[in-house]
Amino acid sequence: MGLFSKLGEGFAATQRVLTEGIETLFRGRPTLHPETLNQLETLLLSADLGPEAVERLISQLKETITRGKSVDIYSLKKVIKSHIITLLDRGKTTRGTIEPPEVTLFMGINGSGKTTTIGKLAEQQHQKGKKTILAAADTFRAAAAEQLVLWGERTHSHVVRGHEGADPASIAFDAACAARARLADCLFIDTAGRLQTKQNLMEELKKITRVVGKAIPGAPHEKILILDATGGLNAISQARHFHESVGVTGLILTKLDSTARGGSIIPIVEALSVPVLYVGVGEAAADLLPFDPNAFADALLDAQTDPPRIT
Amino acid sequence: MFEVLTKKLESVFKTLTGRGVLSEAHLTEALKGIRIALLEADVHFSVVKSFIEAVRAKAIGKEVSESLSPGQQVIKIVQAELSVMMGAESKGITLAQIPPTVVLLVGLQGSGKTTTAGKLARLYKIKGKRVMLVAADLKRPAAVAQLQTLGRAIDVPVMTNDTVGVDAGDAVAVVKQAAAQAIREDRDLVIVDTAGRVHVDDALMEELSRMKSAVSPHEILLVADAMTGQTAVSVATVFHQRMGLTGIVLTKTEGDARGGAVLSMRAVTGAPIKFIGTGEKPDAIEPFYPDRMASRILGMGDILSLIELAEQNYSKEQQKKTVQSVRSGQLTLEDFSLQIKQMKKMGGIEKILAMIPGAPKMLPAMDSASVEREIKRTEAIISSMTPHERRNPAVLNGKRRQRIAKGSGTSVQDINRLIKQFDDAKKMMKRFSGFGRTPLFS
Repeated sequence: MGLFSKLGEGFAATQRVLTEGIETLFRGRPTLHPETLNQLETLLLSADLGPEAVERLISQLKETITRGKSVDIYSLKKVIKSHIITLLDRGKTTRGTIEPPEVTLFMGINGSGKTTTIGKLAEQQHQKGKKTILAAADTFRAAAAEQLVLWGERTHSHVVRGHEGADPASIAFDAACAARARLADCLFIDTAGRLQTKQNLMEELKKITRVVGKAIPGAPHEKILILDATGGLNAISQARHFHESVGVTGLILTKLDSTARGGSIIPIVEALSVPVLYVGVGEAAADLLPFDPNAFADALLDAQTDPPRIT
Repeated sequence: MFEVLTKKLESVFKTLTGRGVLSEAHLTEALKGIRIALLEADVHFSVVKSFIEAVRAKAIGKEVSESLSPGQQVIKIVQAELSVMMGAESKGITLAQIPPTVVLLVGLQGSGKTTTAGKLARLYKIKGKRVMLVAADLKRPAAVAQLQTLGRAIDVPVMTNDTVGVDAGDAVAVVKQAAAQAIREDRDLVIVDTAGRVHVDDALMEELSRMKSAVSPHEILLVADAMTGQTAVSVATVFHQRMGLTGIVLTKTEGDARGGAVLSMRAVTGAPIKFIGTGEKPDAIEPFYPDRMASRILGMGDILSLIELAEQNYSKEQQKKTVQSVRSGQLTLEDFSLQIKQMKKMGGIEKILAMIPGAPKMLPAMDSASVEREIKRTEAIISSMTPHERRNPAVLNGKRRQRIAKGSGTSVQDINRLIKQFDDAKKMMKRFSGFGRTPLFS
């Protein structure tokens, strides 16, 4: 329950809104009334689930009701939950083992939390006794490399860096060579934040992946897009553009510890068929949690999907 | 940033144009589309609700004006309501009677506070102010170093816990000492970069409150990014309740984020939007113009006000011609040059420009000085063309372009650019040619 409750904490506000809202819908009557569907729609929208997904869900419910079936609070939650899980499961992939060093590229828009996430993952690797190398390929933002170096000190990871304004691809290449030479278990490449609409910066990202592949065939093995949970539906555009440019293999959702709802992850997974790997729910390294669609849906709904049993 | 919303609204309005009478059913249909468009733009659902209600009330109660088609009428109402929602024109930082003016930048992690601090410092330094930056983000690794680097680049001093000699964990003391030093150094403006924090983090919000009582800042600006989703409302509400925001800075607007969050934040705090960040470079910051933004959402320029203004200034004949050209999408460079001349007569270029369909695209957001320069250059280029060339830009081959460049004191690239922009604008106009079947002038 530990991880779930932590995720739950992060969602406390959403949960309250959603669950209390759903409970209000059933106040005074045990089954869902067609007139309350509008309220339900508003509720789901407030969780950033996205107008399209919500509309589908609502029309599905409408149909159920018009067919004369009654929908009670448990079956409603169940329907919403299974809807969410079905969507999130689409992204699931299985993959073979990778010969170390495993190279992971981190990308995202400005301020999404790339460097911090790398810091947290490096700490987790360190605790597992793994040897990690960090590549400071954000050569644009002032003091970005310093930020990564501090994380390197904290997590006992070696940091490969260049001077400000250096070609990020060259740093990634050097880091890849270093990772191989030093028999590291993994290499995390931090890149500069970039808005997905900047074509030249997306080209730069392509170059980084190309060049890393020259140093270590098959690398980067993971190309992770970092998304800020406080963001809204623009995340979908971000995901699409990054995916088209370099092919995203996984998502990490950060800053879920605010009242952020993170519901927008659902339409993204739906569009990209890429799995969510981790969610960030706090400042500490342990607050970066592996993602579990079931727990996510439960947290989102505070779902007790089955009626309490009377024994 | 509102492009997608614009597209959506356009398609909605298409269903409304070309109809004689605005029935309630049409209105409901259009409002439904507007509602979805705004929701997809991340406007908070409660804000959308009140917005739609306001538009409906105004549209239904409205007498049908003869000069406007029903579609145009709804557009006008939607646009007016959007402007109202976004508030008054920004006046930038309100400088205190007795300097230094202290500005606190607050917000979530990664919203762009440090970058904004650097941009604001540069902006006011250029205006001749004696600026000081204060690095009060002691949480994020290397945040202080980042601000120092930015400060060095623009030659503005950066106060850190080291320079003011306090403990590395005490952000409040840093700000207090820096403010005292600003008075000693006779600074005009002190810009404080604070640590990013989630608004539900009580301890960190408390730190901000203490910072506020320690230095009584004149401005407390919430820095929020254009991608912010539905959570914008709770973020803005909490920061406002605890800190009393005096303004909002919207960052990262150069992407394709629809930026609906700005409507929400403005609605729940009532605080004005003061600046928008438009790029990564230190000079990429602009004042916020609500009416321009509202027009941009609708993607059509403020054609109605343009016509009103034109009516007062154009001769009837010119009027007809221009409207005809705009309507048919057959604008020539001649019309364009004529329009520019008329506009000069009609008042501030900037004001007019925002109203011309396609013009914001031809002359993307820039400061008015460079707009004027660009206009001058455009005029010179068009003046150096023969009447034949103005009517048929297609004949402009390399040789002609060289001649025009020489004649206007510009380069061939300038000419190529103008022609390309002109073509884009024409395409834009074509999209509006379906709009407004009812005669605008009887």
